[in-house]
Amino acid sequence: MLWSTLLLALREIRRNVLRSFLTMLGIVIGVAAVITMVTLGKGATQAIADQVSSLGSNLLIVRPGQRLGPGATSAAPPFKMADVIAIQEQVPLVRSIAPTVTRGMTIVAGARNWSTTVTGSTNAWFGTGNWQLAAGREFSEAEERGGQAVCVIGETVRRELFGGQDPLGLSIRVKGFSCEVIGLLVSKGQSAFGSDQDDTVVMPLKTAQRRITGSQDISALRISVQDEAAIDQAKRQITLLLRERRNITDNEDDNFSVLDTRQITETLSSTTKVMTTLLGAVAAVSLLVGGIGIMNIMLVSVTERTREIGIRLAIGALEREVLLQFLIEAVVLSSLGGIIGIMLATAASIGLAAVMQLPYLFDPAINLLSFLFSAAIGVLFGYFPARRAAQLDPIDALRHE
Amino acid sequence: MSENHEPAIMRSNQTSIPLIEFSQVTKYYGSGTAGFQALRGVDLSINEGDFVAIMGPSGSGKSTAMNILGCLDTPTSGSYLFQGVPVEQLDRNQRALLRRTYLGFVFQGFNLLARTTAQENVELPLLYRGEKRSARHQAAQAALKSVGLDGFAHHTPAELSGGQQQRVAIARAIVTRPQVLLADEPTGNLDSLTSHEIMQLLTSLNHELGITVVMVTHEPDMAEYARRVIHFRDGQVERLQHNGGHD
Repeated sequence: MLWSTLLLALREIRRNVLRSFLTMLGIVIGVAAVITMVTLGKGATQAIADQVSSLGSNLLIVRPGQRLGPGATSAAPPFKMADVIAIQEQVPLVRSIAPTVTRGMTIVAGARNWSTTVTGSTNAWFGTGNWQLAAGREFSEAEERGGQAVCVIGETVRRELFGGQDPLGLSIRVKGFSCEVIGLLVSKGQSAFGSDQDDTVVMPLKTAQRRITGSQDISALRISVQDEAAIDQAKRQITLLLRERRNITDNEDDNFSVLDTRQITETLSSTTKVMTTLLGAVAAVSLLVGGIGIMNIMLVSVTERTREIGIRLAIGALEREVLLQFLIEAVVLSSLGGIIGIMLATAASIGLAAVMQLPYLFDPAINLLSFLFSAAIGVLFGYFPARRAAQLDPIDALRHE
Repeated sequence: MSENHEPAIMRSNQTSIPLIEFSQVTKYYGSGTAGFQALRGVDLSINEGDFVAIMGPSGSGKSTAMNILGCLDTPTSGSYLFQGVPVEQLDRNQRALLRRTYLGFVFQGFNLLARTTAQENVELPLLYRGEKRSARHQAAQAALKSVGLDGFAHHTPAELSGGQQQRVAIARAIVTRPQVLLADEPTGNLDSLTSHEIMQLLTSLNHELGITVVMVTHEPDMAEYARRVIHFRDGQVERLQHNGGHD
């Protein structure tokens, strides 16, 4: 009975192809809109996460002062090398730690000059920042220890200063001293904040301290943690250790900040999530409207087919059999709309993701949910017309013209 | 469906009780002064295997009586026993089950499903009985054959003449092997030649399959085919007439 009712419903839908399609259109658009919005939203979130993780994996950035971003508050004392060694020795969750000093400077090579960021750090800097070398090598132990004038440059710096030339072995002038280029970084492109990550010059920490900043201060620590699950614990331990080392009493606030990349991701993707939710909600309203469209057509259909219903009832169809027939018809219509909507959404998402340069992530949950929701709309909005059909008086229905 | 298993047989040994028995059946439509008394105490009984025509001018209550007979409607008062079962006490679904098990309907306007083949139309009642596909198929073929529509199985009503459509309707009515065939002006939309063919078909179904036939008509020459004629007037049975020579 159920199977034959299903066939009957399909035949009824085929009988009025255009009308059935127009009836479904509301659901099709609703489902397609919801899925596309959510899929693109997820893609955008993923893109942000990817960009942030390109900063470095399981990365903690420790800066003096409480403010986020560049320009730490001046009152907070900077870190010293002893802090670095203490963290390395007392927090076993830390895999590597790169102390850094950073300055914005103008560098010169031949007749060209370029303003960039010069960072002094150790070889650990490459690991914590997920940097690979495109050519050349990292700093040698002697270079690090002796604070020799060598540097590794980013792709943007190479392009601006050397054009098509191979920079290895050549030198750049930084604040009156000459510095040999020993390595070239693999390009990473824009960061999540929109800055050019390749616009950078790195040299050994000691070199930068001695020749540029002129002090033993360390302006930030980039710490790579053993594994992602341990980030919070590592963060807690480092905070405790630094509070102790910086003589902060229990009722004082930290005078340094520990930022992890997950926090950055969350901050950046919260906007995207809000947008996704809003757009998804708007799209869901169109699903509801689609449901009302189905109810409308089903009511028309019941009126049109009053005589048929009368015949069925006279022949001995039970109330619930007629109810089931019309209900199934509505559900088949709406589910079919859902399936078409999913196909449309898949095509639209892939196309739009390509145009917007976002990754396309197929989300089975939202597809399944949308499909079930569209079927549920069929039940919800099909029930009233179906009940109306089932409760017709067979005599009146047979007399209906 | 579990309700479908009651067999439609038990025919021969029930001769003591009439198949259909109305006692003091009334039907009142509407209420108060706007109401209308369609039936005013009708007594009638129809036995197994009978062929009865119901005649009367319009408004005489013959259609109302027919609707009650077909369990499509219930009496306002009085009782209707079908095989000894008081129909007025059955609910909507029980009456539907009774219809699908024991009754077959033929209407004036044929009432076939449009854009549906003859075969599918005939199979429809079996579908509701939950019969298997192959069984439905065979029974429908046999029913179409018995009304002389061999080879028209895949025609839709639009492709058939009025007489052929009515034959499909009759095939649909008898495909379940009902006790009673109820025909409401079965020849009302047909020309006289076709009308006589349809009446001959009904007669042969009555004779050969033993199906009790109850038919409403306003044409005296169609009523001639029946064994008995019940004349209605003003919501009451006016007189009974026996046609000789048919037994």
